[in-house]
Amino acid sequence: MKALLEVNHLTKQFGKDSKALTDVSFSVQEGEFVSIIGPSGAGKSTLLRCINRMIDATGGDIRFQDSQVMNLKKKELKQVRTKIGMIFQHYNLVNRLSVIENTLHGKLGTKSTLAGVLGLYSKEEKQQAVQILNVLGLNEMIYKRADQLSGGQKQRVGIARALIQNPRMLLCDEPIASLDPNSAKVIMDHLKKVSTTMGITVVVNLHQVDVAIKYSDRIIGINKGQVVYNGSAKGLTSEDIQRIYGSEADDLIFDIGGIHAG
Amino acid sequence: MQADIFAKKKRNTLAYLCLLGAVTMLAMVITEYNAVKGIASIPKAVQWGMANFYPTAESLEKLPVILEKMQETLLVSIAATTAAAVFALLFAIFGSNTTRINRFFGAVTRGIATVFRNIDVAAWALILLFSFGQSSLTGYFALFFGSFGFLTRAFTETIDEVSGGSVEALKATGAGYFSIIFQSVIPSSIPQIISWILFMIETNIRSATLIGLLTGSGIGFTFNLYYKSLAYDTASLVVIVIIAAILLIEFASNYVRKVIL
Ligand SMILES: Nc1ncnc2c1ncn2[C@@H]1O[C@H](COP(=O)(O)OP(=O)(O)OP(=O)(O)O)[C@@H](O)[C@H]1O
Ligand SMILES: [Mg+2]
Repeated sequence: MKALLEVNHLTKQFGKDSKALTDVSFSVQEGEFVSIIGPSGAGKSTLLRCINRMIDATGGDIRFQDSQVMNLKKKELKQVRTKIGMIFQHYNLVNRLSVIENTLHGKLGTKSTLAGVLGLYSKEEKQQAVQILNVLGLNEMIYKRADQLSGGQKQRVGIARALIQNPRMLLCDEPIASLDPNSAKVIMDHLKKVSTTMGITVVVNLHQVDVAIKYSDRIIGINKGQVVYNGSAKGLTSEDIQRIYGSEADDLIFDIGGIHAG
Repeated sequence: MQADIFAKKKRNTLAYLCLLGAVTMLAMVITEYNAVKGIASIPKAVQWGMANFYPTAESLEKLPVILEKMQETLLVSIAATTAAAVFALLFAIFGSNTTRINRFFGAVTRGIATVFRNIDVAAWALILLFSFGQSSLTGYFALFFGSFGFLTRAFTETIDEVSGGSVEALKATGAGYFSIIFQSVIPSSIPQIISWILFMIETNIRSATLIGLLTGSGIGFTFNLYYKSLAYDTASLVVIVIIAAILLIEFASNYVRKVIL
């Protein structure tokens, strides 16, 4: 089967001598749930943002569906971005607008300039937004302003905004790093459900190894901008964790057998 | 090492204080300013003010004329500020790091705004006197240019502060530039933008009074007229009207701020 996303020999250099990514290659299959883990500053966020060209990579190539992402013109790039939802650690909502308006923002990529500027949405689009918000358990919040929500609720709006795009893939940059354990679990469960029931591919940056093991089909470990592990979540050993996290690993070493069992 | 830093800081502070003292002394010597005499004259000034500088029944007859001039000044200030705000918003959007179209264009826009900001309204009034002469148009443009520079800076900072995250999110959905501006940047920053405009109107009403003195228009000119013709009672009435107008505007804008924020 042809992979949905293929990253080949990707490098990214900031400034003169700071290499954030060095020769990163991996591929992601349709419907897969992949976690990217690694220490702070390893290049996880940079990697994710290179995939939809929020950051322009320095070298290598990226294929998403049938598009060579690195070569796309402005208009084609927007087209590809409409197929990729993105979820952020700090939710990145427009705080002064309502939940439903924030959700409908996911449709702006498919609109004409005029309709986008005026915020004109069709009845079907509004219905779809309400339906998605229902699924995410936000039916009571539809007309509330985004800044009145809790962190977990905000992140669900972030997911709603991504889902209304009808994406093929979600890129999530530490979606649970600012949440308490309960809200974090709700968010991860929703992402997992999105992946299994809707067949949407999910690529998620995580700090928590245990969460990555529990939810992912596959884990990609990154250290200093290089892929040092790429394999099944079940196959991840304490040696691998040592390799991914280096000296920081000591703080992370826990009963890995316990996690695999749970 | 650390103690060194503190000792150095202390030495620097001391050096600055000495320098400041020396400059002050020098200035006093050059201008033949006598500090003791200056302070001693304050009671006398107050006494004079109490004796002459209050409105009389007679001066109240001039009130309609004064109010008319005050109204002119208020409207000129508001018109200049709002017009400047429109241009400032455009420049802020093109100059802000979050929403600029490209690096070069951003730098150019910011550069233009910086030039305008660093020329004081009074300086603008003097420059424009040459082109427009003594008219309210001079005052209008002086306020316009001064506000434009200041508001561009304020709006740029507001945009960078409030809308970075949501701009990134909308870009990632494939949204176009103008959709992002109107759906994310403007809704996020509108309360602060209005707040800055209100602040600018308040400031401009104050400046307008002074600029009126230079340009021979508005309430500043009215004050000058009565003052120079020794009609101190009427001049004092002008001052009271100005203070009342400023308080009124400040009250109104505080109310608006409370409602929108
Ligand atoms: N805009 C930038 N300019 C210069 N250097 C950058 C920039 N963004 C990231 N870097 C550098 O690239 C490296 C990777 O950063 P990145 O944000 O991708 O790490 P990360 O793995 O996401 O870390 P964290 O877990 O802390 O979020 C870091 O060394 C960082 O300093
Ligand atoms: Mg990161």
